[in-house]
Amino acid sequence: MNKETSLADAVAELRDGMVIGIGGWGARRKPMALVRQILRSDLKDLTLVGFGGPEVGMLCAAGKVRKLIYGFVSLDHIPLEPYFRKAREAAAVEINEYDEGMFLIGLRAAAERVPFAPTRIGIGTDVLTYNPHLKMVNSPYGDGEALVAVPAIRTDVSLVHVSRADRFGNVQTDGPDPYFDNLIARAADKVIASTESLCDRMDVSHPDTVKSSLFDRTMVQAVVNAPLGAHPTTAHDAYGWDMAHLKAYGATAREDDGWARYMQDFVADSEAAYLDNVGGADAVARLPIPQF
Amino acid sequence: MSTDTFTLAELMISAAARAFANDGEVMANGIGTLPRIAAGLAKLTLNEKLMLSDGEAYALETPLPLNVALEDRPGASGWMPYHRVFESLWSGRRHAMVTPVQIDRFAQSNISCLGDFNAPKVQLLGVRGFPGNSISHRNSMLVTSHDRRTFVPGEVDVVSSAGYSDRLVPEGAKRPEVDIALVVTPLCVMDFKGPDNAAQVLSLHPGVSFEEVADATGFELLRAPGMAVTAVPIDEELQIIRQLDPDNLRARAIKGDPPGVRQEAA
Repeated sequence: MNKETSLADAVAELRDGMVIGIGGWGARRKPMALVRQILRSDLKDLTLVGFGGPEVGMLCAAGKVRKLIYGFVSLDHIPLEPYFRKAREAAAVEINEYDEGMFLIGLRAAAERVPFAPTRIGIGTDVLTYNPHLKMVNSPYGDGEALVAVPAIRTDVSLVHVSRADRFGNVQTDGPDPYFDNLIARAADKVIASTESLCDRMDVSHPDTVKSSLFDRTMVQAVVNAPLGAHPTTAHDAYGWDMAHLKAYGATAREDDGWARYMQDFVADSEAAYLDNVGGADAVARLPIPQF
Repeated sequence: MSTDTFTLAELMISAAARAFANDGEVMANGIGTLPRIAAGLAKLTLNEKLMLSDGEAYALETPLPLNVALEDRPGASGWMPYHRVFESLWSGRRHAMVTPVQIDRFAQSNISCLGDFNAPKVQLLGVRGFPGNSISHRNSMLVTSHDRRTFVPGEVDVVSSAGYSDRLVPEGAKRPEVDIALVVTPLCVMDFKGPDNAAQVLSLHPGVSFEEVADATGFELLRAPGMAVTAVPIDEELQIIRQLDPDNLRARAIKGDPPGVRQEAA
């Protein structure tokens, strides 16, 4: 068994109109090499699901997004994602804006393969007003309290960036916080994992760190070897986010042809060209891990 | 103590720390520069039972100074990744201090967007965790400007945290148990514990009049019984504040970094 797939072949599996889950959190551990390959493709009408970061802004800027389902969209030290903001203020995309915890409950329902999960979150707020598809459900126990029924947030494919993977699709993820990659993966029909490094067999090369595995290989359809593939977001414990690049990216949102320029100057036609354009692999590998 | 020995930001930190004094054993999350210093100050001076976090993924017993060097970071006492933050907040054992963009007379707040939700005038962060926080545990607010754009007439544009109102509570649902401890502003300290959860001023910062606060607020404010002048920070508090923020990031929190006691107009 060998799930190693090229970046191009992995993204060639995606189809217009798909619901795509994206792991990571804000400007942290986003599968950006896969996202850039989508930017280079003709894909369109996508629905994105995630705790959003630059991938949301970029895919919106490229006109590839029909709908967003999110708990937030942010670049951490740059609180407001500039292209997400632009897309929202132009009313260019359909959205389901959920509370972060409610979003996690919807992912968990999808992972459990049930149609919804009950919560009190949202009551007393406009989350109910602006997600009119949300229905209430009465508890079958006790006093019959009405609760919000969060619909399962299923994805067709989820994209996740990991620290290590093997050819079977076993994955390990370093860093202080797993975020919700396990649920983003479990909510999917299939997972494409991009990885900082690829080995033949995890049980031979990295048996001492198996607890850093966030989901098992039965979920994983393809593994893409993409060193530095989270840039400009953080990939613990390898390298930190590139705030200077994120600021430069954000600044292009204020220019008339800013997005076209960003595509041409940075994303270009390959990851090798991208890494050259952002200062080279050595410089990316040296980006310091952010401290809080 | 002379009037120029502390800044307005330091006065607000000292006042904000008191929000956590009677919490017992909860996780205190001060989100943003001034709230984070306030939570650390509370832990060191008012409530040793507080559990702190580093703002990333760990629980702490020693407050983490801002901009601290890696080698000077206190050790972690526990693991607090985001999934555990949600578990913690659902348990109710948390007190968050946050900075909303808009607050209304029902203590509802907004960080989602300004204007029409379906075509926002200004997109902000999204509701983030505010809806769940607001119905699960105690919350406080600290804002860095006090005007009618922050304390809005009517209701906030997008209700992100639940307040003392039934309008958005569906039939058959329980009214959320909203618990707002303190609201700290550059002019005063408020709460929503007046009659029928009316907003009331607990203390005015030195040199500020009630009329000035009322004029800068888009809804009716009451004088709390015993309304006082905000207690100024004592030397011990100022020393701790400086230790927790050695690079003086707090100076950037309030426009112009004004002194803690109003200077007479020249």
